[in-house]
Amino acid sequence: MVTVQSIASTPSSLTPNDLPWIVEHNEERCTLCGRCAAVCPVGTLRLAYMRKRMPKLVLASSERGSSYKTFVGIRQSTEIGKRCIGCGTCTMVCPNEAIHPVHNDQRDRFRFLDTQKGEPNKRGGRRNAPGPNLLDRIIFDRISMLTDPALDAGRHEFSCNTLLGRVLPPEEYVRRRLAGEWIPPVREIFPFVIGSMSFGALSPNMWLGLLQGVAYCNEVLGIPVVMATGEGGCPPWVLRSPFLKYILLQIASGYFGWDEIIRAIPEMQCDPAAIEIKYGQGAKPGDGGLLMWFKVSKIIARLRGVPEGVDLPSPPVHQTLYSIEESVMKMIQTMSMAWNFRVPVYPKISGSTSAKAVLNNLVRNPYAGALLVDGIDGGTGAAYNISMDATGHPIASNVRECYLDLCAQGKQNEIPIFAAGGVGKNGNVTQNGMALIMLGASGVHMGKYIMQAAAGCLGTEANRCNVCNIGLCPKGITSQNPKLYRRLDPDLVAQRVVDTFMAIRTEVKKIMAPLGRSQSLPIGMSDALGIDDKDVAERLNIRYVC
Amino acid sequence: MCRLALKTASEPFSPFTVLTAMEAMQEGYDGSGLGLLLRGLEFADYKYDAKDPILSGIAHSEAALARLDHIMDKTGFTLKYDHEFDVKKEMVEATDRFKYILRVYKMPAAWKGLATGEIEQKLMLTRLSLRKDGEAHGDDLTAFSLWPDVATIKEVGWPLGVGEALGLDSGRIKARVCMAQGRQNTNYGINLYACHPFFIQGVATMTNGENTAFVPIKDWLSGRGFPGYIGYQSDSEVFTHILHYVTKQLKLPLETYKHVITPLKNEELANHPQGAFLRGLRDACRRLIIDGPNAVIGTLPDETCLLVMDAKKMRPATVGGKPGEWAIASEMCGVDAMIPDRDRSLDFQPMREHTVIIPPARQELQIWSQFNQLPVPQAA
Repeated sequence: MVTVQSIASTPSSLTPNDLPWIVEHNEERCTLCGRCAAVCPVGTLRLAYMRKRMPKLVLASSERGSSYKTFVGIRQSTEIGKRCIGCGTCTMVCPNEAIHPVHNDQRDRFRFLDTQKGEPNKRGGRRNAPGPNLLDRIIFDRISMLTDPALDAGRHEFSCNTLLGRVLPPEEYVRRRLAGEWIPPVREIFPFVIGSMSFGALSPNMWLGLLQGVAYCNEVLGIPVVMATGEGGCPPWVLRSPFLKYILLQIASGYFGWDEIIRAIPEMQCDPAAIEIKYGQGAKPGDGGLLMWFKVSKIIARLRGVPEGVDLPSPPVHQTLYSIEESVMKMIQTMSMAWNFRVPVYPKISGSTSAKAVLNNLVRNPYAGALLVDGIDGGTGAAYNISMDATGHPIASNVRECYLDLCAQGKQNEIPIFAAGGVGKNGNVTQNGMALIMLGASGVHMGKYIMQAAAGCLGTEANRCNVCNIGLCPKGITSQNPKLYRRLDPDLVAQRVVDTFMAIRTEVKKIMAPLGRSQSLPIGMSDALGIDDKDVAERLNIRYVC
Repeated sequence: MCRLALKTASEPFSPFTVLTAMEAMQEGYDGSGLGLLLRGLEFADYKYDAKDPILSGIAHSEAALARLDHIMDKTGFTLKYDHEFDVKKEMVEATDRFKYILRVYKMPAAWKGLATGEIEQKLMLTRLSLRKDGEAHGDDLTAFSLWPDVATIKEVGWPLGVGEALGLDSGRIKARVCMAQGRQNTNYGINLYACHPFFIQGVATMTNGENTAFVPIKDWLSGRGFPGYIGYQSDSEVFTHILHYVTKQLKLPLETYKHVITPLKNEELANHPQGAFLRGLRDACRRLIIDGPNAVIGTLPDETCLLVMDAKKMRPATVGGKPGEWAIASEMCGVDAMIPDRDRSLDFQPMREHTVIIPPARQELQIWSQFNQLPVPQAA
């Protein structure tokens, strides 16, 4: 037995087996080029000199029995801050396929120790709930086989757009037209929206690529896609460009970026698509936005009107407000007024058992243009683990409740409900989105899916990568470091945005055609939905099928 | 599949002639039932005043009939004429038909001086109370319509057979407008209320095809808080209620109906003289956009008849005739059977943008296109 002191053991000591990801390295194939170590975003890999004893049998007493050999190899750090995040960038750069991270299927001990200096785990990304989610299990089972010829998704015309903005009851619309009174602004948009990811959270190249792709979808393909900015404003050139009409400008509790926006109003060539007032986010309800100091670069600092390199935590609530009712009154009206009542204004809230109460306040506010509910499976650039994993409300039942509540009041056409939070998290974006639409949503917002589909984000629900918060995104999607974001070619991102939306449009038709729907988006067509779970079917008021 | 036939003529005719047209169209339908709606009525054994309301329905038991009498008495109606059908019971499939109701009433004296809208509301509420009473007693009382100059007959069985069973071939009842539909809702359990034509406050329609947007439309109509927007045993009932909503609630002209159920596309609205109004109307009435292959045939209280198609025109229908006499049917052979001596070259099959209107004068067809300018002040 060796002495205790000779083993490097502290309460926080870990071995590679205790970590969420284990680096498998094949020393025989390794050429020691060092690219993996150079590219590793968290610095977990190092080229190390190591010594190996070479025992040999020596009978003469004048010679020592063993000699030592030194060699060079790749080693994985077991430091908490430098643990492997499984991103696989090393694999991407290795010329010899000599290295790759492997998910540790044992329960990793790491999570018990990730509280160093009293700071609980913060990360970006997602909730890390692998496996099919509830939306993945909903099927469209009301196939039109009865008296109708089937629609042809490839040849027939389909109207798949939705409305964003306050829609008047028909009686009131007819009256106001006659009286020449104000009609609230309504936008016709594609029901799959690029959800709010801020300029700051996303790199300039990612932002540019998204916007280029969105503009192409609108102007060339006729798919009216819109994208939301998230908190933190909008690049000044975009504010003064004709592309602003594809942008949902978000104002959140930190009001970051709004100086720039307000100043740009007189110079705007067109109105933004809408204004989103963020009260909450599905991934971290009760938390404001958080841009960690790593990402507050010169341009971000300028845009947000803050010093460089400081953490930018937004407060959890809008500080000037006493309650959501007051907020509805003041902020929605102020924002409407800023654009002379030509731009829809709507709040975004976290999924919550109180969502219905917020909705009912909005119903009574003639200026509220929609409600966006963001469920627990939503993503974020930075949040505490505990918020992401365990705080919030799943989106399906939340949206369903809100929709049925509106139906009971006959107001389901007046306030569109948009749903977000986990749409497409397992890749089934159209299926998830259309399920939510048939549960009553007018459209869906998606963030993680777009990052994965359009920019190749490496994150998965197995907690792969998920370091959007520290500005070291290996793909250059969520980094403000030019060395990293230069990896991302905006043109290629734009191409992928276009690919993605073309594919979604085709899949929407492939869902609508067999249901016999082509004239309007099947919002609230719950008779088309089925699920193999009685309790869920009962809760969502849809059909149980098995 | 449903087969539909409508005939409108300046001279009253026996509805049996329309049933023969149904017979001509028998290929392709299951002939599981008959729905008839008549306007412009004449009775051989009663001089009918077209202002008096007519109650149509079925009492399935003596007790139900007694309750019906009680409800009508209590509301203040006075029975003026009780049409006794020459029923051949052995020819009727159903065994629980105690009495087919077709009764002319005198309006309650207390309603005198009420505005037309109020009277219309009270007539509807009375019909609904009869219906509710029947539903509360095991569906032993069915009330189809209560309205001046409207009679409705619905029964299970082969259409011509039902006509014979009820003695419609005797010529005791004649009408200027007859809508006929040849099917019960055999897709689901048979419910007499699920049989076309559907009726609400003078507005009636019948449809073939399936309306796949039924549930969202039904949800929206049910949320209007209007007592008559109930039922929905058939997905086609919403067509009637939408027509009622557009013409009676929104008070928009008949031509707007098509713009509500099958609005034009953006690029078409961009070139329409009233594109801005229509786009706003499309948004406001978005939940009323129908979907599915449908031909909708309707009639209004002034004996105006109409025919519209779905936006993809996946159901055919033909209108043909001559001044004073017109027919609409889901099959051309149906029109032939109803008006054989017409100029067939003038027959018209509406396209997806058309509304065919036969005005009460019945001198000519009006073919309204959605691309035409609408006569509405809101769009001026």
